Formats: sequence, C-alpha cells, structure tokens
Amino acid sequence: MNYETDTIAAIASGLTDSGIGIIRISGNRVLDILEKIFVPYNNNFNVNNIKSYTAHFGHIVEAESDNIIDECIIIYMKGPHSYTGEDIVEIDSHGGIFVCNKILKLVLNSGARLAEPGEYTKRAFLNGRIDLTQAEAVMDVIKADHEDALRISVDQLKGSLKNEIVRMRNIIIHENAYIEYALDDPEHVSLDGFSEKLKIIVKDLLSDIKYMLDHSEEGRIIKYGVNTVIVGKPNAGKSSLLNSLLKEERAIVTNIPGTTRDILEERALVEGIPLNIIDTAGIRDTEDVVERIGVDRAKKSIEDADLILYVIDASINLSKEDYDIIDLIKNKKVIVLLNKQDLKQVVTVEDINNLLFAPVLCISLLENMELSEIGHVIKDMFYSGELSIKDNPVITNQRQKICLENAYKSLCQVNDSIDNCMPEDFFTIDLMEAYEQLGLIIGESMQDDLVNKIFEEFCTGK
Amino acid sequence: MAYIEENYDVIVVGAGHAGCEAALASARLGMNTIMFTISMNSIAFMPCNPHIGGSSKGHLVREIDALGGEMGKNIDKTYLQSKMLNQSKGPAVHSLRAQADKEKYSIEMRKVLQNTDNLTLRQGEIVEILTDKKENTVEIKGVKTISGAVYYAKAVILCTGTYLNARCVYGDVSENTGPNGLKAADYLTDSLIAHGIKMNRFKTGTPARIDGRTVDYSKMQEQPGDETVVPFSFENSEEDIKRKQISCWLTYTNEETHKIIRNNINRSPLYNGNIESTGPRYCPSIESKVMTFADKEKHHVFIEPEGEDTNEMYVGSMSSSLPEDVQYAMYRTVPGLENVKIVRNAYAIEYDCISGTQLKSSLEFKDIKGLFSGGQFNGSSGYEEAGAQGIIAGINAARFCKGEEPFVLSRSEAYIGVLIDDLVTKETEEPYRMMTSRAEYRLLLRQDNADLRLTKKGYEIGLISEDRYNHLCEKEKMIEKEIKRLHEEKVGANKRVQNFLEAHNSTKLKTAASLAEIIRRPEFDYYSIEELDVNRPVLPKEVIEQVNIDIKYEGYIERQKRQIHQFEKMENRKIPADIDYNDVKSLRIEAMQKLSSIRPETIGMAKRIQGVSPADISVLMIYINQK
Repeated sequence: MNYETDTIAAIASGLTDSGIGIIRISGNRVLDILEKIFVPYNNNFNVNNIKSYTAHFGHIVEAESDNIIDECIIIYMKGPHSYTGEDIVEIDSHGGIFVCNKILKLVLNSGARLAEPGEYTKRAFLNGRIDLTQAEAVMDVIKADHEDALRISVDQLKGSLKNEIVRMRNIIIHENAYIEYALDDPEHVSLDGFSEKLKIIVKDLLSDIKYMLDHSEEGRIIKYGVNTVIVGKPNAGKSSLLNSLLKEERAIVTNIPGTTRDILEERALVEGIPLNIIDTAGIRDTEDVVERIGVDRAKKSIEDADLILYVIDASINLSKEDYDIIDLIKNKKVIVLLNKQDLKQVVTVEDINNLLFAPVLCISLLENMELSEIGHVIKDMFYSGELSIKDNPVITNQRQKICLENAYKSLCQVNDSIDNCMPEDFFTIDLMEAYEQLGLIIGESMQDDLVNKIFEEFCTGK
Repeated sequence: MAYIEENYDVIVVGAGHAGCEAALASARLGMNTIMFTISMNSIAFMPCNPHIGGSSKGHLVREIDALGGEMGKNIDKTYLQSKMLNQSKGPAVHSLRAQADKEKYSIEMRKVLQNTDNLTLRQGEIVEILTDKKENTVEIKGVKTISGAVYYAKAVILCTGTYLNARCVYGDVSENTGPNGLKAADYLTDSLIAHGIKMNRFKTGTPARIDGRTVDYSKMQEQPGDETVVPFSFENSEEDIKRKQISCWLTYTNEETHKIIRNNINRSPLYNGNIESTGPRYCPSIESKVMTFADKEKHHVFIEPEGEDTNEMYVGSMSSSLPEDVQYAMYRTVPGLENVKIVRNAYAIEYDCISGTQLKSSLEFKDIKGLFSGGQFNGSSGYEEAGAQGIIAGINAARFCKGEEPFVLSRSEAYIGVLIDDLVTKETEEPYRMMTSRAEYRLLLRQDNADLRLTKKGYEIGLISEDRYNHLCEKEKMIEKEIKRLHEEKVGANKRVQNFLEAHNSTKLKTAASLAEIIRRPEFDYYSIEELDVNRPVLPKEVIEQVNIDIKYEGYIERQKRQIHQFEKMENRKIPADIDYNDVKSLRIEAMQKLSSIRPETIGMAKRIQGVSPADISVLMIYINQK
C-alpha cells in the first residue's frame, strides 16, 4: 500500500555544523540513485544485492565530472522494516552545511525530490509505521516548524504522559466494572458504601487531572530538565544570576526594585545538567497589580520547582520579605547564594545556616565571582540523587487538552451524581465518558473526528 | 428413500423460543413457512427455569414485543407471578420478570402458531441441509428429514437449541437425549460440518424439580409478586392481565450443603473431566458456586412453581450434575427441604452449537446464502436471548426471500442489537447470556421505552398493526406535549411555592423556575410536585412514566445521546465486503487473521474484535480511505 511512489530526500541531521551530516532518501528509487552517486571501496559491492540493514563505506561522486564530494558511510534499510515503511538509504557524510547541501543536490539531480516538512513521518503514518496519536504529535511539531523536537514529542506520548493516563483509566474502568458486576450479580456483589469510596477516588482523579491541566503548555515542546527557580527579594541580583548562568542578557537588569515583573523561563546546561530556569519577580508585598500577578506566579513556581536558587543581598539585613521567602522554600531543595560579596557583608553564612538547611555559597555576580561553584554544588546534588529530572506528564496539544478537560467535566458529573444520591448505575455514564476521553489522548480509543483531521492534513492536504 | 415433499419460502428447524418467533415473523410477513419440531408436545418448552425475563432479559422480551413478536404476549397469558426487579436502582436497570406456567406457556404458544396463516407445523427430525453451488457462492436449497422427505425453500432458519448431539449427564449417568429426556438430533451436525460450518460444544445445566408437598414453606421467606403488575406486552394493560398471583419462596444453602458438595466434588462430571465443554460463567451450577466463592457461607435458593396443574417446584440457583444420591443429600440440607422428594433429577447437558462469528448481523451465514440461524444454536443461553434472535432471523429470512435489505438493530438502539453484535463479532467461549453491563447505552435502552424505540420499525417491517402504530404515535405526542408544558410553565417565588419547597427540604427559589427545573431537583419527581402543578392534565400512566424519566434524567440522557452520536460515526463506516486483508500491509498478523476470519461489516465492529488494536484500526481506515 504505497500511496506515493516518488522518492524523497532531505538533510536529516539539521542545518548545523555538527560532526556528521545525514542525508536521508526514502522511496522505491533509492537504489537507482545510490548506484549513480556512490562509489564503494569494496569492489564486490553491488546495489542489486545489497542487504537490508548493512552499512557500506565509499565516496559520493559527481558522475559527470567524476569529482569526489565526500567520503561517507551509506546505510540501507529495506521497506517495510524502516521508519517510513519504504526503502531508505542514509548517507552519513562528514557534515558541514556546504558538503551536505552538495550531496543533497546531487541526490535530487539523480531522481529524488526534496521532502516536504514532515513528509517522512507522513509516509510512516500512511504505511502504518506509527499510530494516529504519534502522527498527531508529529503534526503539531511540523506546524511549529521544528522538526528536531519530533522525537521528544512522540516519546512523550509513549512515556510519562501515557503512563499517567493509563493509570487513571485503569482506576476508572476498575470502579466502573465493579458497578456493572454488582448490577449483574446482586446476590454476590454489594454496592453498600460504594458511593463514599468512589467519591474519594473521583476526588483524587480530579485533582490529578487538575494538576495536569494547570501545567499544560499548549503548542510547546516539552523541555526535560531540572525545574529551577531563582528567588530573592527585589534587587538581590536574581536576573544577574540568570544572565550569568545563561551567559547572555535576557532579563532587564536594573537596580530599580520590581523590574522583573513576569516570569522568565530559560534553559541552561550547567555542568552537563539541563536546567529549566525560572527567574521570578522579586517576591515582596506590592500594590502594583501587574507585579502582583508575577508574585503569585512566582509562589506557584516555587511549589513546582525541583531546585531553588535563593539569592540574598548580603550587604543589607534580612527583612520580613526574606523570612517570607524562607517560609515558602523551607521544604524544597535549596542553594543559598549570598550575593554582593564585593560590598560590606551584613548577612553571614552562619545566619543562613540557622534558618535553612541548605548549602550556602558566597558570590558576587557583578564581579562574576566563582560561578562555577554553583555548578559543582548542583552536580553533586544531582549525582547524589538529591536532585532529579522530573518527568511530569505535560499536555502540549490543544486537542488533548480538550479531552482532558472533558474527562475532568465528566468526573465532576460523577461527583455531582454521588452528591445527589443518584443510583450507582448513573455513575457509569460519566465514568465511561471520562475513560473514553482519556483514551482519546493516548490513542487507546478513537473517534472519527481525529481520524478525519489527520486524513485532511496528511492525505488530502498540500 | 428420498423423495420431494413440498416447496416453501422459509423452513424453520426447531420450535423452541427462537424457532417460534422466527416462524411467526416469517409467516406474518407473508412467507409460506414450515416449522419442524422433534416433538409437537414440546413447542416453546421451558426445559430450565420457569420464568421469563429478569435483569436485562426482561428488556429483550419487551423489545421482541415492540417489534411485533409473541413472547411478551404469551407470558402475559400464562404468568403466575410478576415482579419489576431493581426498583431501588435507576430506571435503566429496572427489569421485568414473570413466573410462567410452563405447560400453559407451551400450549398457548402452540395455539398461536396453529392459528397463524401461512404457517405449517410438522413433527420430524431434520438430518441434512441441502445447498446449491453457484460459481463462487453456496446457496441454501432446502432440508431433508430423517424419513428422507426433501423440503425445498428459499431460506432456512436453524433454531436447534440444545438438541444437536445432546447428552445429559449427572454423576456417572450419561444419556444421549435432549433436555428432559426428549430425543436428541443426532445427524444434522455432520451435514453442517460437511458444509464447512465450524461447530462448538457447549454445556449448561438445570436443577432438580421437587414434589411441592414435601416442602416446608414455613422455613422459607415468601416472595410474593408485585401489587401493580406491568405487562410484558405493550398491547396489554394491567387490567387485561390481572390475576391472583402465586408466590415463590426463598431459602439458603448452608455450610452443611457446601460440605457435602466439596466431599463429592470428584463425582461431579464438571470436575472429574467427564464434561469438558464450557458452561455459562454467569449461570453456574451450585458446585461451581461453592468452589468459586469458597468463603461464602450461604447461597440463595429460590423455590419456584412450575405451573398450576402440577405440584412440581423448581429449585432455582441449585443446578447441578452431581450424582443422584448427592443431589438428595445436598437438597435435604436446605431449610424447608429436609424431607424433600425429587421428581426430576438435576443434570448437565452438552450440545453442539456454532460460533456466531460465522454469521452476518442479519443472522445469515456469511458463506451460505439464505441460511439463517438463531437461539442457543448460535452460542447464546436463555429463552429471551433465543426469542430475540428468532424474530430477527425470521424477519431477515422473509426479507431475503423478498429481495429486501436485511433488518439490523444497532447497539445503540436495542439490547437485541447488543446481543447479536456480540454474538457475531466476539468469539464466545461459553454460552452467551444477556447482561445489563453489556449494553453501553442502557440509560436509553430501557424496558419502559422499548415501544418508543422499536415499534415504528416493527410497523415498517410489517409486524405491527396500523392500530398499534397509531396508538404509539399518539403516546409520543402526549409525551412531547407534556414535556414542553413542564419546561414552559413557571412557578414564581411566591409564598405558596416557597412553603411547598421548604416543607420538602428543598432550597427556596430566588426567581421563577420552570416545573421541569423543580422536577429535576434530587428530592422531587413528576409525581411529588403535583401540588405545585395546578394545570396538570390527566394522562395515561405510561405517558407520565416517560415524562418523568425524560425530565428527571435529562442531563444524563443528553450525555448518553452524545456518546451514541460519536459511536454511530464509526458504525457507519462500512468496510467493503470484498476487502482482502492480506493487502492491508501494516496490520499486525493477529489482527489480520481475526479480521479475515470474522470479516466485520463496519469499522465499529472491527474495533470490537478481540486482538484488533486501535493502531490496526487506523491502518484499516487509511487503507479504506485511500481506495
């Protein structure tokens, strides 16, 4: 069932100057193309009896001029056992945009056509290599014009999100089955006290779903990393810390308190550990409404954080605001940074040790003093297991979010039915709806609408 | 010596609950029909429990009636006691059950059959089906009896119940008979196998019948019928069928009973390997119950009358295949049965049947044109399940003869739809019993609205009279009008209303509200707000019932309707009949095999086949879409 017979090619490794550049060709003419452009080192090599999943060493050569373009390894994967389900050849070259482009041009001149964004995935889908929800995830990515993130998105569907949804569905189906079992066999199964029990279960499910909804991030690719929040009262040097970690100016740095009004989120690699860093608005009581929102969000970020970097201006006394912050973070993993070591020290390491159980570092961001020490501390915490990358399921897709909201509504209905003392068989309607809606997120249930949408975008579009 | 006897449109093999409905539907639709039975004295015979209906089965009977079938009317004529079960639960699971006078049930059904035009009854055993091979298709041609008479017909309906190669067993006694000592049908299976039909072997069982004079009812709880009797047939009113009801009796097994069973378990053919076929999990023998629910101290035992003209009583929930001496011993441990005398032994019965996956939703065989089947032969259990398939097979055999499209009910329309869909898409490994839980959309598939769901269809098919149809349309209008009135009529937040609400512990109104809104409050219903509803018209009881349910559960009904809407989209996606699954490359092998053997008619059906995953379905949909 090949829907498209032409052969497509593209640079699969992205247009960066990396060590290796991969040109991927997919379709039924890959071997013809290979024969035209590839000169193997092994004289016995013959494209007509090349075996699937074998690699071959040789040169890519421009036929007319006999010019060697690059030395490379080619890998052949015969369909249907390949990503797209079609015959695939991958050319691993020495990378570099210039070389890759040259090889690609040669491939295109030899009978392939340039692949459209997402076309490999489209073919994989049409050939049944990936399922609908995976295809959907890919579609989101294509729309975001960000092919690299494809795998993350697809993996996400298979990973923690799926596990969480499956867990919730199992709970729902178990309770539903019990009700139905009792309806069918009232002699042996009693529903006495069931409603009270179910109410608690539904309450837990609702709070789990609420959490996922609150943390859903539409249209964004999930970033894996240690969720790190920078806190401190205004002008303590939080934004400077962030900038130093990122080595570039992101937040507006001034010495007017309250400059950072919203939350900035950045990604940094510190000693090889990925951090998702959130710089919070300075936490303090404020009359300014806009800033107030920022403060509330900062408090929420703290709740969700894996690691807190607490910046203290060591040149002034600890204030009520500092004690408020300490109160907020006392149960979290914290690294305290005593900033402004260049000025006269008022707050000492001992002062902090009396208040918080956390490592304390003395820094001076203005002088960029000993920043790497922070990295070492984080690294130690990470490898000792004190810190870990949270793999929280996050919904990133609008349709999935709607399904999750529907499931939430249905479970609220179950709750209402319990409160209204409805007979147990009424619970099953909304329990099953929640089950179905959750199933739609992970492709365990399927509705016509999704299939249609995918058909439209994949099969009839373009 | 073979000779040609006669030509018919439709031949029905078997005169049990499936056969009777099939033959009546076919004859009433104008088909010249003949029905064969092994014994004219066992038409519509009830070889097991003496009641019709019960949880979800009651729904089936009302649906049969709504389509123009006979079972509901026949039980209304011959019931001894009637009960609406599960009244404490929601309206979806209310279920009607009536104790039957078995003999009268059989006689009354025979009367109806014998007074039906176009219908011939014939005693005789069918030993062969006859077919014609035409190019790629096989067509049914007729049947042959044991005496060699050949009957030709355009369509044949097999309703052989538990009679094919039947064997009755208790202890080490094994007899090759059908139920209740009736002759088994020993030859037809071979003919079916020769035609490529795959046979299964199932098992079921029945408890002893006891002498009512030897029962001490003072040690049991009386189970009387309901004061208000709801007829099974929508054509009957309570007054039409009112009678003095006869009670059933409830008693229990005890540790002594269980001890006797456990001590003799190796003498039970179910446990010593003498019976290997599969029995119904949902209708277990007492030995299975004792072994499965080991920590249960007692099990219900219902003593039910078999009829008014006999003193035999049925020992409900104690079916068994234990030897006779163990049966005596165990029954006599039950309070009230200490001195009991057995009239007929409990026994297990084994019989040949098919896997329903060889059938289309119309109950026609996929590989033999014009051959239909219904009832226990299709792997189901129960009189009601049989009757339900019977009427559909009868209707579709008639439509087949007339060259009309088959009549198929969807899972969202009727329990009958659920029953047949399950039978034809799922490999049943045990006798299939209807259960409430099998119907996804049960809030809409209630026993009280079967007429509103199906009688129009019955009319279009031709089994419902003009009168009955008009009556239904009138009922519909009355319901609609009254619901509209209750939504439109408002009560203000005045003193009279507030006092009424307060008196019923209900929140007071802030602004005016419709009567429907008041009814929907958990503490009220249509009946209890009568005082508030000054303009209430006089309406028939069955209209009020519908109005109340529709308003009271409006939100739930709406949500279920939305679910059905989604469901139907997949049901309406047809799979081409000539699809070659080998051609659908990316299907997993298991899915490919299942789909090739079951050949589902729609994507919806394909989804329900075990071993077919959502990913397989998307592959299949893409394939069909691209074609």
